[in-house]
Amino acid sequence: MLESMLNSIPGAIQLGLLYACMSLGVYITYRILDFPDLTVDGSFTTGAAIAAVMITHGYSPWLATACAFAGGCAAGTVTGLLHTKGKINALLSGIIMMIALYSINLRISKVPNISLIREHHLFASISPWLLMPLVVIVVKLLLDAFFHTDLGLSLRATGDNDRMIRSFGAHTDNTKIIGVGLSNGLVALSGAFVAQQQGYSDQSMGIGMIVIGLAAVIIGEAIFGKRSVFWATLSAIVGMIIYRIVIAVALRVPGFQSQDLKVITAVIVIFALIIPTAQRAYRQKRAARRRSAELAAVLTGDGQGGGR
Amino acid sequence: MLQLTQVSKLFFPGSPDEKVALSGIQLSLAPGDFVTVIGSNGAGKSTLMNIISGVLTPDSGEVRIEGKAVQQLPEYKRSRWIGRVFQDPMAGTAPTMTIEENLAMAYARGKRRGLVFGVTRAKRVLFREQLHRLNLGLENRLKAKVGQLSGGERQALSLLMATFTKPQILLLDEHTAALDPSRAELVTRLTESIVREMNLTTLMVTHNMEQALRLGNRLIMMDKGRIILDVDENRKRELTVERLLQEFERISGRKMADDRVVLG
Repeated sequence: MLESMLNSIPGAIQLGLLYACMSLGVYITYRILDFPDLTVDGSFTTGAAIAAVMITHGYSPWLATACAFAGGCAAGTVTGLLHTKGKINALLSGIIMMIALYSINLRISKVPNISLIREHHLFASISPWLLMPLVVIVVKLLLDAFFHTDLGLSLRATGDNDRMIRSFGAHTDNTKIIGVGLSNGLVALSGAFVAQQQGYSDQSMGIGMIVIGLAAVIIGEAIFGKRSVFWATLSAIVGMIIYRIVIAVALRVPGFQSQDLKVITAVIVIFALIIPTAQRAYRQKRAARRRSAELAAVLTGDGQGGGR
Repeated sequence: MLQLTQVSKLFFPGSPDEKVALSGIQLSLAPGDFVTVIGSNGAGKSTLMNIISGVLTPDSGEVRIEGKAVQQLPEYKRSRWIGRVFQDPMAGTAPTMTIEENLAMAYARGKRRGLVFGVTRAKRVLFREQLHRLNLGLENRLKAKVGQLSGGERQALSLLMATFTKPQILLLDEHTAALDPSRAELVTRLTESIVREMNLTTLMVTHNMEQALRLGNRLIMMDKGRIILDVDENRKRELTVERLLQEFERISGRKMADDRVVLG
């Protein structure tokens, strides 16, 4: 059993790299903009569908992958518009877009799944082991740089204190739309990579993506903590790789089957969400108890009390 | 510099909670005016600030900045001319971002926010210089997250961020009210020196009567959405807190009701 678990790890790391762009996308919406964006479930498939259709029609796989990114950006932009201009609740605008994308994705691909096995896709000529680390590092560094530009700063401030950044003249509707658009572009990019690596695109491959993305972001944070943008993007990537390893190992445990994948993911996310909150509450309570004991000691000490 | 003509604002029109927040406000500020604003609870002081800054649009009337009618412009467009410090020390800064990043965002006021780096070496020199004026040692903590600063430090930083690009108009909305007395004194002192040094046209809401009399060259008193008293520099010098309260009673026919009022 142990040996099969160990054997599954390299494949899991590769999958983690393929999905890493997706967790970077989720990090932008969930952490930076504080916008839980469910569009992800649809736009992941959009990316896969666009890439698959273009590749089967003989386009360059590079162009197809770039178009997948653009398609995701477009989907995210619509979600952003629904939320900011249409004043629809963030969760709801994501759900609406996710449902709409289900039909749109079928329109793009015409059939529920497209095989890429015999096609000239990216990984037909380059090993994923060579391409993916490169892509992930480049995307990460570009994102880091972007978040330190004037536009990137105002995007981060939008999630942090939107009233403040408006008072300095940034249009927070625009920063939100740009953020959600960019996020879904990255998610679709990831969908395009995954489709090419697994050799097909499938209408239902995006289901549950948002939860997987959240799992990666939260696992990454649990390891690296919340520090600078550099560490946050790194932790989203490492979080995804660890998530994939955990899943791969869990599925080797006797009794688990591959259809249990989503429930294992859900359980991981539940624990990852509950533990930090519970820890924080416990720490605060302990600190408060210690501090009030100190204050009580001071009060009885000088007998007078008063003041602030 | 700033002109308000017949500005009115109604909250919850037509409902049982209908409230006249501002009615027929006439106000004109000359360049370099430092006006303190006092008034009882619900007098419309904050609404006035929000109308000028563009958070709210007036139901009727005009707001002009340097002669340009701006009452239809949204807040993010007006902020080109207006610097603002809020009452809540948390409101004026982004807590998870560093001091230098916060300053860079303030520095970009009125400029296009594009894809150039927000913090550059040249700007960092400027930021250090500006922070040095606060005398809080923040110039050595450029990379500290603003969330780690105390309320007073954050408010001082907010004040610097609101002013160091020299906005045409500075709005201060009870910006010392949430601070303990010594910190409030520090921020008040900074306000005084920055406004004087940069000759900013300033409107400051305060519930501290003594502060309202001590600072600025003009004082206005508001009640029930109207300006009921407008005191110029010469008359202001002769006023005392008691006389100010008597004036209020004489004009409005009741006692000043403000649970947070500080007589000084």
